Amino acid sequence: MTKGAVLILGGRSDIGRAIARAFAAEGHPVWLAARNADGLEPDRADLELRYRVEAKCFEFDVLATHRLEGFADALPGLPEVVVSVVGYMGDQQVSETDPEAAARVMRSNFEGPAAALALFANRFEARGSGVIVGISSVAGERGRATNYVYGSAKAGFTAFLSGLRNRLAKKGVHVLTVLPGFVATAMTEGMDLPEKLTAQPEEVGRAVLRAVKSKRNVIYVKPVWCLVMAVIRNIPEAIFKGMKL
Amino acid sequence: MRIAGWGGTTRQDCRVSHPRSEAEVAARIAEGHAIARGAGRAYGDAAQSALNTVDMGRFDRMISFDAETGLLVAEAGVRLADVIAAFLPRGWFPAVTPGTKHVSVGGMVAADVHGKNHHRDGSFGAFVEFIDLMGPDGAVRRLTRGDNDEMFGWTLGGMGLTGVILRVGFRLRPVESGWIRQKSIVAGSLAEAMAAFEANAGATYSVAWIDCLARGVAMGRSILMLGEHASAAELPAERRAAPFGVPARRRLTVPFHAPGFALNGLTVRAFNHLYYAQGVKKAGESLVDWDSYFYPLDAIHGWNKIYGRRGFVQFQCAFPLATAEAGLAALLTEISRAGQGSFLAVLKRFGPQASRISFPMEGYTLALDFPLHARTTALLERLDRITLAEGGRFYLAKDARMTPHTLRKADKRMAEFIAMRERTGLAEAFSSTQSERLAL
Ligand SMILES: Cc1cc2nc3c(=O)[nH]c(=O)nc-3n(C[C@H](O)[C@H](O)[C@H](O)COP(=O)(O)OP(=O)(O)OC[C@H]3O[C@@H](n4cnc5c(N)ncnc54)[C@H](O)[C@@H]3O)c2cc1C
Ligand SMILES: NC(=O)c1ccc[n+]([C@@H]2O[C@H](COP(=O)([O-])OP(=O)(O)OC[C@H]3O[C@@H](n4cnc5c(N)ncnc54)[C@H](OP(=O)(O)O)[C@@H]3O)[C@@H](O)[C@H]2O)c1
Repeated sequence: MTKGAVLILGGRSDIGRAIARAFAAEGHPVWLAARNADGLEPDRADLELRYRVEAKCFEFDVLATHRLEGFADALPGLPEVVVSVVGYMGDQQVSETDPEAAARVMRSNFEGPAAALALFANRFEARGSGVIVGISSVAGERGRATNYVYGSAKAGFTAFLSGLRNRLAKKGVHVLTVLPGFVATAMTEGMDLPEKLTAQPEEVGRAVLRAVKSKRNVIYVKPVWCLVMAVIRNIPEAIFKGMKL
Repeated sequence: MRIAGWGGTTRQDCRVSHPRSEAEVAARIAEGHAIARGAGRAYGDAAQSALNTVDMGRFDRMISFDAETGLLVAEAGVRLADVIAAFLPRGWFPAVTPGTKHVSVGGMVAADVHGKNHHRDGSFGAFVEFIDLMGPDGAVRRLTRGDNDEMFGWTLGGMGLTGVILRVGFRLRPVESGWIRQKSIVAGSLAEAMAAFEANAGATYSVAWIDCLARGVAMGRSILMLGEHASAAELPAERRAAPFGVPARRRLTVPFHAPGFALNGLTVRAFNHLYYAQGVKKAGESLVDWDSYFYPLDAIHGWNKIYGRRGFVQFQCAFPLATAEAGLAALLTEISRAGQGSFLAVLKRFGPQASRISFPMEGYTLALDFPLHARTTALLERLDRITLAEGGRFYLAKDARMTPHTLRKADKRMAEFIAMRERTGLAEAFSSTQSERLAL
């Protein structure tokens, strides 16, 4: 039996590539969507060569919401799984003073990915099947001085995913929210991340595959983050506001 | 970021980048003192530079494969384990493999690694068709075998000091199954072991494990293990339907650094004794899966931690045929006299090797490892002197402690390598902690 295609929005990122590999290794065709999709040729070739599945690339800009319909229509079909890996950290300090920059962060992490997943959600609902995966972030669980613009957008995205899950639960469509803690990727390059709390992109790929198979709702990649976030969420605001995090 | 070689003795705070594009690699090279890092399986400080370590792990794509010739083109960061996972099911296996599959293709080229088939097939370089190398100016050149381009030769075994390898085209070998027919032979002494190697020169794979605590007439007693790829017809009937499927191995993990005393003289003695006794009992023919045959240590994740936090050092040298027996005997005598057994002592016959800077030479190679402490350092220095006296040379992929003087004396080719690096601007652009220690 041929397996359903997996569409990855943000296919160039380390996390997107790792998710593509995890699904391709199971025999799923993979469609990588990204800006400058031509540059993904080596990744496409690698997926086909390694896993002997079909791999394709598609031009995609999450901020071009007016082109979304066209993008989805041009795909070879409706995928079985759609994963949004798209995200943009921006520079918190710049976002504090430049509303344009802040809007870009908010749109790239929330508005754009939400619009894209909403479109696939509707088509999945009509079909009566499908899996939606959103890569959000623990940064959305509580706003911190050092990255609350990004965090607030991720918070919006997380809430959006949970609402979508609620809406589609009885419609045969599953929604998975992924809240990775630190991951060693381009986004975190050069940051001094604690080793025990930092996942490799491959771990995220495997975790997402497992969670899709077992229909999990929300996952942190490294289990220890469950604990870390429980603590962070429960610090009273009066204390939290004085903390340096 | 603190990184070290596999032996764990060279931990150092290094600036490490993970480039994802050629432009990023070029930018790192332009900063000088760059060294590429693959999978970090070299034992010492070859793949680290305090100022500019360039981790090639993101260059991990396989680009093309020709099922007629077995030519695989892969980026330098691709792991050998991934090559096997993708191609063994299609009937292809690495033509040369080191004792761990967790190495990168770039690291295999840079150390010009050898396997248990060196006596017949040569080193990894013999199967390399081309290397895409980024030089000091950031330009990428395709170095081809057969070109009279000298850089091809300097890059094989050049320990990353000729540039950053981006892609490699190398040939795999066709196999009919994932199984090896293994034959073990017990050798009661060093002379017997060497005679057994010579008598079995036709075997595809051969390697001997030496009980390096045995003294006197038994000195050098060992178990010689020969191997052949099993054809489909040689498999038991129940395996023929899936000749490449092997039983999943249980993975053991060493979760933390063992306390130093876990590996004292007594445990090493017991281990060597048991291993030899086991070998004698099991001598004869058996069918072994590829993973257990080529990569027994990979089954124990993080096995390097059994040596404790201070880590361990490897010692590997090669002697020419003419002096091999004398050299090996002198080394073994010194080790057993010191009473500091090595957990793993591996002896291997090397075949002919014509190359500019690679480690192998026709003769014998001995690899040993020792937990690091003051007494080992002194012992290793004595082993260096013995090796020098018998015309041997040292393997840079295992080295973490040699002096420039020792290296230069052992290996006349280094002077030319150094001059070439000066002449071509490589010296400023590329350097590792090892190359600085060895003044390369
Ligand atoms: C358990 C074990 C068994 C081993 N058995 C053998 C054996 O049987 N035979 C053998 O020959 N070796 C053996 N080795 C050594 C190992 O094969 C070599 O050290 C090899 O170079 C490791 O590859 P790596 O990708 O980990 O490279 P690293 O350790 O990361 O780097 C090693 C060298 O390669 C250079 N390098 C890595 N990538 C690039 C690149 N892209 N461009 C330029 N230079 C690069 C580095 O600069 C460095 O000088 C063994 C090692 C272990 C841990
Ligand atoms: N790394 C971490 O520690 C961490 C932790 C928690 C969550 N996350 C989330 O994980 C996801 C992947 O991040 P990463 O760490 O792998 O970093 P990354 O490399 O920066 O990935 C971000 C991805 O988003 C894409 N993207 C950004 N804007 C886009 C747009 N307008 N249109 C289309 N694609 C766009 C980028 O595409 P281009 O290649 O075209 O730029 C890139 O593929 C992100 O959502 C991030 O927020 C990461």
